[in-house]
Amino acid sequence: MSLKHPTGLISLVSQSNQSVICVTLNSIVLVQVVRLVCRYGLVCFHVSSGGYKCVCVCVCVCVCVCVCARARALFSAAGQKVRGGGMGGSRVVVASRTYADFTPQATFDIKKCDLHKLEEGPPLQAVLTREEGLQYYRTMQVMRRMELKADQLYKQKIIRGFCHLYDGQEACAVGIESGINRTDHLITAYRAHGYTLTRGGTVREIMAELTGRRGGIAKGKGGSMHMYAKHFYGGNGIVGAQVPLGAGVALACKYQGKNELCVCLYGDGAANQGQIFETYNMAALWKLPCIFICENNKYGMGTSVERAAASTDYYKRGDFIPGLRVDGMDILCVREATKFAAEHCRSGKGPILMELQTYRYHGHSMSDPGISYRTREEIQEVRSKSDPISLLKDRMISNNMASVEELKEIDVEVRKEIEDAAQFATTDPEPPLEDLCNHIFSNEPPMEVRGTNPWAKLKSIS
Amino acid sequence: RVTGLGLGPSSGNLVVVVVQLELVTVRDALNQAMDEELERDERVFLLGEEVAQYDGAYKVSRGLWKKYGDKRIIDTPISEMGFAGIAVGAAMAGLRPICEFMTFNFSMQAIDQVINSAAKTYYMSAGLQPVPIVFRGPNGASAGVAAQHSQCFAAWYSHCPGLKVLSPWSAEDAKGLLKSAIRDDNPVVVLENELMYGVAFELSDEAQSKDFVIPIGKAKIERPGNHVTLVAHSRMVGFCLDAAAVLAKEGVECEVINLRTIRPLDTDTIEASIMKTNHLISVEGGWPQFGVGAEICARIMEGPAFNYLDAPAIRVTGVDIPMPYAKILEDNSVPQIKDIIFSVKKTLNM
Repeated sequence: MSLKHPTGLISLVSQSNQSVICVTLNSIVLVQVVRLVCRYGLVCFHVSSGGYKCVCVCVCVCVCVCVCARARALFSAAGQKVRGGGMGGSRVVVASRTYADFTPQATFDIKKCDLHKLEEGPPLQAVLTREEGLQYYRTMQVMRRMELKADQLYKQKIIRGFCHLYDGQEACAVGIESGINRTDHLITAYRAHGYTLTRGGTVREIMAELTGRRGGIAKGKGGSMHMYAKHFYGGNGIVGAQVPLGAGVALACKYQGKNELCVCLYGDGAANQGQIFETYNMAALWKLPCIFICENNKYGMGTSVERAAASTDYYKRGDFIPGLRVDGMDILCVREATKFAAEHCRSGKGPILMELQTYRYHGHSMSDPGISYRTREEIQEVRSKSDPISLLKDRMISNNMASVEELKEIDVEVRKEIEDAAQFATTDPEPPLEDLCNHIFSNEPPMEVRGTNPWAKLKSIS
Repeated sequence: RVTGLGLGPSSGNLVVVVVQLELVTVRDALNQAMDEELERDERVFLLGEEVAQYDGAYKVSRGLWKKYGDKRIIDTPISEMGFAGIAVGAAMAGLRPICEFMTFNFSMQAIDQVINSAAKTYYMSAGLQPVPIVFRGPNGASAGVAAQHSQCFAAWYSHCPGLKVLSPWSAEDAKGLLKSAIRDDNPVVVLENELMYGVAFELSDEAQSKDFVIPIGKAKIERPGNHVTLVAHSRMVGFCLDAAAVLAKEGVECEVINLRTIRPLDTDTIEASIMKTNHLISVEGGWPQFGVGAEICARIMEGPAFNYLDAPAIRVTGVDIPMPYAKILEDNSVPQIKDIIFSVKKTLNM
């Protein structure tokens, strides 16, 4: 529960039983006492009137003094988010917190990456600015809520067929994107909604593609696994096939001399595909600017990594290709590793391999409950200890880089954005039947396509 | 260059006719096509096994590496699935690759990339992602290479929407079709024939031009006739012409159609021909079941030309067995000229 003190100076965040007391100079009304642990770790007691006044006392004197010195009012109606007791309209003047009060940036220690055939790895510290943090938070939250909404729509049978959800892995997509340029290239497998978003797709057109409507990013012709955007080559349904494709994109980058690179993603299941090893060989031989990234979420469909791979050190499977193993739940870790890898490629050293250790909360796809091959406890443990969004949020809050309210506001905005998109996705009409045979060939004069019977002559335009 | 000398129509006049014809092998025609397109567009490049320093397993790419270098003529390791995928990815990112399979038998290793990554992508992306790529190489029976190296893939690739499938016969076909394929913004499979590589044909002036292209999807009537339509592609076109020459002596005039393109199939030309000759025989080197001839017959049945048939349309095909090695067995596994003649006579009730 968080309380927004009008001065904003005390933002109280807690995970469980909470209580807070704030004292201001104005007035004291005692009605309800709630015990909170404020973010300074201090025990406080919140006393609320159920009306418009309340009393807060912080045990820490210095904080109290600070607060009291600036406090001019109790709680603003707008800022009121008190559990168990709304605080009605406040007559008080709100002194809102200015950005100057937030820490503009902070340096965080990040986990060291395991290295393969590399002398040095990415830095052990990452600098995060407030703007970056808010942007990452927002994007990850959009991604999370978008996937959960897709889950909902699938269960309502509004989305059909395959739907592979990305929730839990947000730090990977957002971290990678923050480590490369928009002019770089990226290709991934079928768990692609997150990447479609980071590569420029809007939530509206992603959701409308899932629901198979004409406003979808591929006009409803592709579906969940076949979404494309500029410098984003999908969305690929055949496990492992995207890896040679990605190396081909990298070859084009090198050929065209634009100092661009290609990020080429695959999962722990795909890592055992032969064509990936063929690709490693050619990429290394020709020094293609390709970052191979294995998103290891510990399960290839229902098969755990131990049951599928003789070596689960996926970052070493490139053999002669240098590799690093990265904590994929920490967005800063992913970002720094990606920057490191990008630098490696751009300096002409050839390909590099990153293994991101991550986790998916959902099953393999919507037809997989995801609990026959793993325990609910395991999923819950990851959620509570390693959730990428929570990790970022905690970092920002505890370093005074954002307020709880601010992040909550973002959450509200995100929810609305997703709702709007879902609304669009469920009301936009399906593609017209006239579109059935279009887009067979590029740059081609209109042609005839045979329908289901000899008399059905359908029209196809580029 | 061949210079011709001719006698004029009226006696006493000697007319000297200089005809500029170039005798070019199919191999050289393909080489010229690639050379011209590499020169014309810097996004075009060739990759495959032995295409560079070895000058090509069948010498089709002879001299190209020397002229264009490592960047544009790339030797690959023996990794069909890998390098075909790399070629498709390069096409998606703006280049125009020519991906050579040493033979199309090896393309089976990579067929997923041809079909799922190349052919279907423009459709799945609703027009966002074109794939301008050419897959080429020798297809079908050779001489003494046995079962694993002799399969004809015309039917398999032509089954799939999103692909164009070409099957040249003559040097002119080879040059014009390959150039069209390279200039096409879509995935094109060019099925060459190893036994035709060394065969020389006359290349007209027009065909010698650097901008000579043959439109995809149009068949060519190689020999007009009135009594029976023979439809074939690749090496079998030559067999049909030879059979037609023999039959002409018996007063049977065959119309020989060279398909040139298998997908999209030029049904109009075939139908127009049947409306004239009333008899259809398709000739192919591949297996009968679900083959090119099967498709032609089905289309004729469904179209206006059916009513013009005086006899069932039939197919002359390779024998329905894996290709054997021994010469006598191999010779009897593919259509021979005598088989075509026999089928014509049966169809015409002679």
